[in-house]
Amino acid sequence: MSNLRLLWVFFRLGALNELAYRANFFVQFIQSSLGLATALIGLAVVFAHTATLGGWRSTELLALVGIYFVVGGSLNVVIKPSMQQLMEDVRLGTLDFTLTKPADAQLLVSVKQVELWELVDVVLGIGVLAVALVQLGAGIGIAEAIGFVLALACGAAIVYSFLLILTTLSFWVVRVTNILVVFQAMYEAGRWPVGIYPTWLRLSLTFIVPVAFAITVPAEALVGRLDLTTLLGAVGLALALLAVSRWFWTIGIRRYSGASA
Amino acid sequence: MRFSPYLGIYRAQFAVTLASQLQYRVEALIWLFGAILQPLIYLIVWSTVSQTNGGSVGGYSTGAFAAYFVVLMLVNQWTDTWVMYEFESRIREGTFSPKLLRPIHPIHSDVADNVTHKFLTSFILIPVAVLLAVIFHATLRPPLWALAAFVPSLFLAFLLRFVVEWTVALACFWTTRVGAVNQMYAVAVMVLSGQMAPLSLFPPPVQTLATILPFRWMVAFPVDLATGALSPHDALVGCVTQAVWLALGVVLLNVVWRWAVRRYSAVGV
Repeated sequence: MSNLRLLWVFFRLGALNELAYRANFFVQFIQSSLGLATALIGLAVVFAHTATLGGWRSTELLALVGIYFVVGGSLNVVIKPSMQQLMEDVRLGTLDFTLTKPADAQLLVSVKQVELWELVDVVLGIGVLAVALVQLGAGIGIAEAIGFVLALACGAAIVYSFLLILTTLSFWVVRVTNILVVFQAMYEAGRWPVGIYPTWLRLSLTFIVPVAFAITVPAEALVGRLDLTTLLGAVGLALALLAVSRWFWTIGIRRYSGASA
Repeated sequence: MRFSPYLGIYRAQFAVTLASQLQYRVEALIWLFGAILQPLIYLIVWSTVSQTNGGSVGGYSTGAFAAYFVVLMLVNQWTDTWVMYEFESRIREGTFSPKLLRPIHPIHSDVADNVTHKFLTSFILIPVAVLLAVIFHATLRPPLWALAAFVPSLFLAFLLRFVVEWTVALACFWTTRVGAVNQMYAVAVMVLSGQMAPLSLFPPPVQTLATILPFRWMVAFPVDLATGALSPHDALVGCVTQAVWLALGVVLLNVVWRWAVRRYSAVGV
């Protein structure tokens, strides 16, 4: 309970910080709209020449694009900036200030930095998803909805754990910032259903960089093509990765020697 | 204008940029990763579309799509610049001041830096391109004259894109919030230079736009040439268009540059 309150306080603080830079909202709004426009142009030109892509119809892929923006935006609001900050704190030794606080350090570093305006991506994504859902019509039952929420939660947990593990590497190797660039490049592959990729790339996107679980699997749940095995697999992987990242974090933090300026 | 002093200057610049870039090998590899993955994704998307529709779409067979995107990967990397993203910190942090004090236009050190990067990354990029061409069964049989014309068209495309992007980068002299400007430009390049799909698959108005504006001539034209999609007449008209755009670009660059430098007021350093 107190953890939830802590999360809320951090989010509010970050939001207040960002509200001082209102012009950034417009810049972000333009950038997000352009990003969305590119994705939609891509869909439009592909579906001008085909009825289905890897078995997906255009409205189903529209839902996938919506999820791509919702998940990507959520990561950009809090997880990615916080991880970036963590790398910087390890490098400069300023992580000391976080570690001395009387709360769970993993929680603190995970929500330390908030980039409020990135929420524009989330809002646009929800809009696209809503349009896609209306077009899909009666196809969405209660089972699909539950599966979707569950798959989305698992996907978020998997990607969060993955990013935390990557960032924790900075306790050993100081320069890991660029790993996030690789993650971003791989994430963009998730704008299309992973089923179309050849096996080696599909496996990389599922298990090495778990983009598939964050985007394709929730979208499959929504359009009713997810089987129970995959869903249970996602739940299992989410729980396992949460535990592994927690374990790895405690080992990493023990290695941290501080700056003691 | 005498060229001989430039030879010495470029030789020195290449020595410096080569030494410094060899220090950042991993960084170069990581940027290259994105340059490979993006065309690869579209290669797979369009191959899938083609296979779903009986092996051919809009005049492109599955193998032709593979050839198009493999060549695109090379041309895009060879013409790409990143000056727009560097200029922001140059102006904001004032690191541009010492460059302005030198008795030579700062564009030359950027050209040298860019060419060195391309030279070094080609050692990985070309084998990757060959590998992808084999894996995806690219059908690439361009006539010899097209291959010969590809070389000057690639060179013109590189110069044109460099001049255009350097000019766009100068927007920083007026505002340091160039993120939106940069992204607008990036979307235009993405769509209109044929990186998402061969331009002939777009509706006619988009094709016209891409042809009127410089974007097609920066990437798509050399790619079409190398994949054998053009007639000798198209190729000639294309190269002339490239040259005209390049001349216009150089004039524009000079005009904007003169304005920009007059506005410049450095912070710090």
